[in-house]
Amino acid sequence: MAVVTLRNIIHSAVAMMICFGSLAGMYALLGAPIVAAAQVLIYLGAISVLILFAIMLTQAGDANLPAPFHRQLPLAAVVALAIVGMVGWAVVQTDWGLAAEAAGAAVDDIAIALFTDFALPFEIIGLLILVAIIGAIYLARRPEEDERAN
Amino acid sequence: MGIEGYLIVSTLLFGLGVFGFMARRNAILMLISIELMFNAVNLSLVAFNAFLTPGENTGAVFALMIMAVAAAEVTVGLALIIAIIRTRQTPEVDQYSDLKE
Repeated sequence: MAVVTLRNIIHSAVAMMICFGSLAGMYALLGAPIVAAAQVLIYLGAISVLILFAIMLTQAGDANLPAPFHRQLPLAAVVALAIVGMVGWAVVQTDWGLAAEAAGAAVDDIAIALFTDFALPFEIIGLLILVAIIGAIYLARRPEEDERAN
Repeated sequence: MGIEGYLIVSTLLFGLGVFGFMARRNAILMLISIELMFNAVNLSLVAFNAFLTPGENTGAVFALMIMAVAAAEVTVGLALIIAIIRTRQTPEVDQYSDLKE
């Protein structure tokens, strides 16, 4: 996909949104409708809008687009191809055997598991998101604003 | 389509993420590449859940939790990048070389 190769970063972000949407379709195909719905809500809704806003805030205008790639491009290509080659070879060589047909879990089963077996991780993730929101507000605040507040 | 198809798509997506993270110069695009890698891992988790343990839901629950952590991570990451860009006036990571001299 074209996400990492396009020169204009807004085009890359739109390609990323297309990629996330097709991944939601693959989750639905795999019989995980709740994961597909969360993918659409979180990635297509929240993260894409966040990234587009960040691009809008930071991009001075696309008049002078610099060269998009770092000078370690060949090294990066070699490493990425090595990872893809090794993992792909492992995937192809392994005899998976069982369960030729995908069978997902029901939505209410996932909900019950989320609030019984995985209740502690669920609460920890809630706390983590709270900390992340507070940290993001603190980091993105303009320095002159707290001078005005004082 | 069997499990190999999903896993190969996931591998390619992860490789694209690694390549983008190492090769691009724009900090926001590096963050987008990290999101690609998160999605690749999520896809493989859901695929393993659907094919290897049909009827159970651990993989889907893990995928949901990874999504929540990824959302928190991208929030903090974007705030950091905006703060850095505000002081450096550039999103290019190879010009953040103040500590080198």
